[in-house]
Parts: sequence; structure tokens; C-alpha cells
Amino acid sequence: MSLLSVRDLRVEFKTPDGIVKAVAGVSFDINEGETVAIVGESGSGKSVSNLAYMGLLPASRTTITGSVILKTDEGEVDLIGMDNDRLRKIRGKDIAMIFQDPMSALHPFYTIGDQLIEAHQVHNSVDKSASRKRAIELLSLVGVANPEERLAAYPHQFSGGMRQRVMIAMALMNNPKVLIADEPTTALDVTVQAQILALLRDLQKQFKMAVILITHDLGVVAGAADRVNVMYGGRLVESTGVNELYKNPLMPYTVGLLDSIPRMDQGHGKRLRAIPGQPPSLIKLGEGCAFAARCERKSELPEGRCDVSPELNEVKAGHLVRCHLYDSKGAAK
Amino acid sequence: MNGLVTYITRRLGLTVLILLAVSFAVYVIFSLLPYDPAALTCGKSCNDPGIIAANRVRLGYDKPFWVQYWLFLSGLFVGRNFGTGAAAIFCPAPAFGYSFQQHACVTSLLGDALPVTIYLAVGALVLWLIVGVGLGIVSAKFKGKIWDTLSTAFVLVGTSLPTFLTGLMLIIFLVIKWDGSPFPSDGYTAPEEDFGQFLLSMVLPWITLAFAYAAIYTRFVRSQILEISTEDYIRTAKAKGLSDGVILGKHTLRAALAPIVTMAGLDFAGLLGGAILTEAVFNLPGMGRLSLTAVVDIDLPVIVATTIVAAAIVVVMNMILDIAYAFIDPRVRV
Repeated sequence: MSLLSVRDLRVEFKTPDGIVKAVAGVSFDINEGETVAIVGESGSGKSVSNLAYMGLLPASRTTITGSVILKTDEGEVDLIGMDNDRLRKIRGKDIAMIFQDPMSALHPFYTIGDQLIEAHQVHNSVDKSASRKRAIELLSLVGVANPEERLAAYPHQFSGGMRQRVMIAMALMNNPKVLIADEPTTALDVTVQAQILALLRDLQKQFKMAVILITHDLGVVAGAADRVNVMYGGRLVESTGVNELYKNPLMPYTVGLLDSIPRMDQGHGKRLRAIPGQPPSLIKLGEGCAFAARCERKSELPEGRCDVSPELNEVKAGHLVRCHLYDSKGAAK
Repeated sequence: MNGLVTYITRRLGLTVLILLAVSFAVYVIFSLLPYDPAALTCGKSCNDPGIIAANRVRLGYDKPFWVQYWLFLSGLFVGRNFGTGAAAIFCPAPAFGYSFQQHACVTSLLGDALPVTIYLAVGALVLWLIVGVGLGIVSAKFKGKIWDTLSTAFVLVGTSLPTFLTGLMLIIFLVIKWDGSPFPSDGYTAPEEDFGQFLLSMVLPWITLAFAYAAIYTRFVRSQILEISTEDYIRTAKAKGLSDGVILGKHTLRAALAPIVTMAGLDFAGLLGGAILTEAVFNLPGMGRLSLTAVVDIDLPVIVATTIVAAAIVVVMNMILDIAYAFIDPRVRV
């Protein structure tokens, strides 16, 4: 049994225009110490799927179904449908999160120390001084100089990269089993991005935690993840080990994503290609393949094939893909 | 901390300059009015040229504008003599002038009126902050539920009823129609005279004034809380596993404090200049009524004084708010 096991997760939002199926049946597992990257463009459901089981979506307009089983010290628990008070005790303790924009993710009116200590106090009935010691320990661990002095500083007195380090320190205050990193480097300078990713990798080894790395940037994924889940239109469309994905991408969408980033191992002359068209509307999403409208290899399939939604099939060991090009009934190659 | 001292010093200096400019502007405007201030000193129907000429000299209206303004300014600091010899009237500092119509130094008129208005404004402020912030929180927390609807109805009524109507209704139902009503019908009692009676005489004015403001604050606090709830740092607080109570009480309200304090400070300052309608309805001898009678009687020295005092209160309150901001928002202290 894996550490966190997501099964058939569905998230729907009620909006004035209709029901948005933001996540339409996602399943994946993550083991201790493993990094799973969830990749997709805006609106693919990559963030929402993880915010959902954390209870961080507005409850009044959101319907969540499926199951998310977490192995905790007290046995296995299903996070979906758990009452808010119990889920609250898991948030920040067993599963911690860091977010995209460290500028706005820290409270502007409280010192770093206040916010770090608070994160520890809420899950541990210990003395404030113990939490303070823990905060200093973690700040130095994430590479903040003079941590003891910096506790008294406010977020605006830190640079963007330093703020993200503080966010990471805050997430790790309670030794979480799972760290969800929601686009942790998107808002940062490229040079700082690499530092933060390296830091995350180091800390993951030290803390032996599983990391769910949500990103739209396949460049970030390459060095950081063990396994990659590609999402499109609220579903997983491809899932495999990181090396296999870069060497042998199957789903045309994944191929398109990889073609759209510059690569060191290919010639300079090659132009980057963009995927034509727009992401699908999640309200009008019909029965067929969500990617069909943008698919360049659609013509290889028999007429009407793409009007039926493909299943996620294991085409070889550890490589799953949701694409008619690779199913037995399709134009198998 | 050094930055804070510099900041406050600079802010104080700026305030003094603004006050000077305000007093000058008010003085200029009133000297341009098509009234002869000397002729007004002996009543509307008086046209004895002898008295008018004597009063003109006595009040300094015969002197050029700059000298008049200088006499006014220096009077604020050292007091001022009106006339000479046995007929002279001395108004001690800060002298705002002399009202011939009320036969009193303007400063002593202000001294009588200002406390009444302060009592009225402070009581109303406390009341409307309790009700407005409380209802705003309830309304935001139960957004879309029955409590929110009820409080929205309250907001609608509170913002649409004019204060003179609320006040009159309170008087009709709680004073006139209620036999044995504890509330006095004969206006104001000073607190040093009879504190119990003072409270009774102020309850209805406080409610009247607070009613309108509480409605505005309910709506404001509600929208502030709802807006702040969507901030990233509130999501962070949730992700940390904090309880809803801590998130609201510590994280959301802390962020809402600055705009609420600003709004309350400015509204309070505005009221100190006189709550004309409320004071008129309840017959309270405050700044509002002083200004009102002065305008009706064209009592120029009093109008100049109440205008400058009201403006000064707003300017000073702005300074206090700016300084308070440095304590509320760490980003302002550089």
C-alpha cells in the first residue's frame, strides 16, 4: 500500500454558466520518499485535484467524490468526506503545502517567527520556546542566514527566493509525510528557481517525504521528479517514469509539451513548436477525447474514433497512456 | 525604530503647515463674503453708522487684510483685546474672535459646544463599531444564509433612513408615546451636573447616529472579510491546519484592521465638526447647533471658528491615522 493513494477523484464546481468538471476521475499513487510531478497547462486540473482533498476549495460550490487514502500513524484514513476538524489536523502536519507566489502566501502583518511558530504550535502541545527553537533550526536548514535575528523580520523584508525558503521551512515544521509543492518556482527568477529545486531535493532526502510537484514546466520536472503524471482536461493522459517520458513520450499532447521547451541535447537550429488551439472548456466537455480538437495525429485513426473517450491503458510496464493511438481497437502501431 | 521617529516628526511638521493653510483659506473665503462684518455686529436691522464705525475699529475690520489675518493668528496664541480702554474686551488664548451677537468670546462658545459633540461622537462610535463589526463578521461567516440576509436587510434600512427620521421616530415612540419613559424630553444634561441623567439624555442620540453608521460598517466589514478570505495568505493559514476561529480572528481581522481604523477615524473626525441633524433633533448644544445658529444669524466670527476647528480636527485625525498606520502595517515603517 502506497503512502497516498488517489482513486477516481472528481471535482466539480457550480458556476453561473454550468457545472465545471475541473477534475474528471484521477487516480495515482505516491510512495514514501518519491517525487511525483503533475504537469499540465492552466485549467488542466493539476492544482485543483490536490487542493481538493486538502479541503482548500470553497466547500459551498464544490463537489468532491472519489477517495484519497493516506497512511497516517493512526492507520489509513480517507481524506474525502472527512469532517473539517479531523482534516485540519492532517493539514500542515501529515500533508504540508507550499504555493506559487511566496510574496502573497505569507501574512504581511506578522513576523516570520510568528508564522513559523504558529505552524508548529497548532499541531504540537509544546512550549513556545520549543517551537521557536524548531523555527530557528528549520530556517537555517533552508539556508536563511542569521535565523535567530530573521525571526523578527516581516515577509516584505525578504527577497522572493528567501520568502519561498521561509514557506518551505514553514511547511516542514511538523515533519510532513507528503509535501505538495504547487508551482513552487513559477514566480521566481530562473537562477533562484534552480536553487529552490535543489533545496527541495535535499530536504526531501533528509525528511524522507513524498513530494507532489505541480508545475506547467517540463524543464523543472526533468531533474526533480521520479514519476510524471501529465494532465489534460481534468484527466491523467500519460503517466510514467521521468526518463521514459523524455525518451519515449506517447500521447500527442505530451509530445507537444516536450516540443515546446528548448532542449540542450538537440540542435540550435530547431524551432520550438507550440500546440495549436486552446485548452477545452471544462463545462462543455463531451464524451470524446478531450484533446481530439488539437491532436495532429487524429487522421491516423478511423473516423469517429475520437468521439469515444479513451481509457488509461498500460501500454508497457509502468507506462500508462490515455490515447486511442495506443489501444488495441485503435490504429495500433 | 529610528525611521519611525523621523516619520512622525515629518508628519507633525506637515500637519502644522496644512493647518496654517486651512486657516488662511477659511479666512480669505469669509473676508470675500458680501457682508460687512462690522454692520452685522449690531444685529440685522441696525443701521446706526456711529455704532458700526466704532465696532469696525474695535474688531480691527478697518485694518488691511494681512493685518487682520495676523491679528487673528496671533490671537490664537496670545489672546486678543477687542477695543481699547474701559470698553475693551479681552479674549484669552486661543482667541478665535468675539461674537457680538452672543456677547461672548468665540472660544468660550466652542468650549461649551465641543464637549457635547465629543460625548455624542464617542458614544455613537463605540456603539456603531460594536454593532457594525459584529454584524459584518456574522454576515461574512454565514454568507448567503439567513443571518446574512437579515443583516443585509438591516444595512438597507440603516443606510436609507435619514438620521432625522430615525431620531424623530425614537422621540415619538420612546419619549412622547411612552408614559413613564425614562428618557428626558428637555434635551441635554451635562455629565458633571447629573451623570445618570446625562446618560439618559444621550442614549437616543447615540442610537440615532450609530444606526446609520453601523449599517455602513456592516457592509464594509463584510466585504473586507470576504475579500481578504480569498487572499493567498489565508489559504496558507488554512493549509497550516489552523482552526476557522483563529484564521478569522487572527489572520483575516488583522488584515481588515487597517481599512476599518482609517474609515472609523475619518468618520469620527467628521462627526466632531458637528452632527448637525442629530444635534438639532435632540436639542443638543453641540458644534453642529453652534454652526447652524451662527449661519442663520450670519455670526461671522463663529462661522470662521467652527469651520477652522472642524477642518483642524480632520487634519489632525489624518495625521493620527497616518501614524497609527505605521503601527498597524509593518510595511509602512521602512
